[in-house]
Amino acid sequence: MSANYINITVEVWRQPGDKAQGRFETYSLQNISTHMSFLEMLDVLNEQLQKEGKEPVAFDHDCREGICGSCGMYINGRAHGPQELTTACQLHMRTFQDGEHIVVEPWRARAFPVLKDLVVDRGAFDRIQQAGGFVSIDTGSAPDANEIPIPKPISDYAFEAAACIGCGACVAACKNASAMLFVSAKVSHLALLPQGQVEKRERVKAMVAQMDAEGFGNCSNTGACEAECPKGISLSNIARMNREYLSAKLSQKQYDK
Amino acid sequence: MEVKLDVPLLTSSIGKKLLMAVTGLGLTFFLFGHLAGNLLLLKQDGGVAFNEYAAFMKSSPPIWVSEILVFAGFVMHIIQGIRLTILNAKARPVGYKRNKGSANSTFYSRFMSVTGTILLIFLIIHLWSFFFKHKLLNLEPGVDLYTAVVLAFSNVYYTLFYVVAMVVLAFHLAHGVQSAVQTLGWQINPKVARCIQNIGYALAVLVPAAFAMVPLYILFATQGIF
Repeated sequence: MSANYINITVEVWRQPGDKAQGRFETYSLQNISTHMSFLEMLDVLNEQLQKEGKEPVAFDHDCREGICGSCGMYINGRAHGPQELTTACQLHMRTFQDGEHIVVEPWRARAFPVLKDLVVDRGAFDRIQQAGGFVSIDTGSAPDANEIPIPKPISDYAFEAAACIGCGACVAACKNASAMLFVSAKVSHLALLPQGQVEKRERVKAMVAQMDAEGFGNCSNTGACEAECPKGISLSNIARMNREYLSAKLSQKQYDK
Repeated sequence: MEVKLDVPLLTSSIGKKLLMAVTGLGLTFFLFGHLAGNLLLLKQDGGVAFNEYAAFMKSSPPIWVSEILVFAGFVMHIIQGIRLTILNAKARPVGYKRNKGSANSTFYSRFMSVTGTILLIFLIIHLWSFFFKHKLLNLEPGVDLYTAVVLAFSNVYYTLFYVVAMVVLAFHLAHGVQSAVQTLGWQINPKVARCIQNIGYALAVLVPAAFAMVPLYILFATQGIF
């Protein structure tokens, strides 16, 4: 597969700092290889900007192989760009046409304040995790296979939920900036497995309370999160979290006071 | 693990949605009862059956109680809907320059507040035309409800408005039913979810269509087309 070279214009959100006013700036890029990833295209743009003595565009990135969840930007009106099940780092320039005008924006949500350019503070996700997204005791090293019998569909559901990389695309794409898909994936993958079940009632209550305190919106089940999630996290996790939450709130354990 | 964080159910985001879901499903059930009564208008008896039904609805105390419940359901659903719309708008103070919502969701799922507002306007006009004018306040004594209904729907514009409202209702239900069931946590299994979605779509088409059929029939009948 031979590379093609395309000329594009990118319109990028530039904001010098968290309290500064931001605005869009448009840049022209010539001879961009279609084999480049979207982030490599931004690297080329930054080299160009540095040569011109301008401030490069700040954006989050780490592994560049689609598993760390660092990258994330709104590309042409879609979270992580137009390709489904793909993070921005795995999006390639062959997805775009020669001469295309590409609008690049940071995640927009009250709970994800912009720090600089395309970088947002996703600390809200960390605080939700810290509120209960863990198992409190050391459950030892990985048990021998089939030592703890777990039905295959359950382990599949747990594994699918655990695939969440916490990139925030669900919040970014949701018309309500709701974090339900992220939180429900974390709640689900722990609530489905025996090690996590002991604390599942307290966990879901604490994580939902923290999610609300962070200022995310309220889910209205449009399904945009599932459609834009680079890991294909299913809406059924939200149903499971709703069920976990309602049963934790509406029932009492025998030793509850 | 200690409970570090917890809030009362109805102040949590899931609790707020629960209230929307429960009242929404309750109002959907109300539609069935309302529709059953409306279908009496199609009986070719000059309105005898329908007027008897109207008299029963006026004189039966259990009906009064259920009317208060339906009214409370509407009020809660509307107020909570407005609150959620405002809260959700606040969750994204700065919007996107380019946002392709159509790539990830249906338009009727994104415009529930718009369809809801149109339905609220319809509800106010609809209640005034029949419930307040003829049942509660009896502003036109001597005109029975059947005659009032036939008079109202023999007006082309009134019928058109009603039919348009039913189309809007269809879109509201197409998302509302499945959304409510999702909020209640009954859609974990993907097969169940698909089944509920299809039931939602069927309800969304059939119920408003059956409602719209009655005024259209009256309009055509008074125009001498039937």
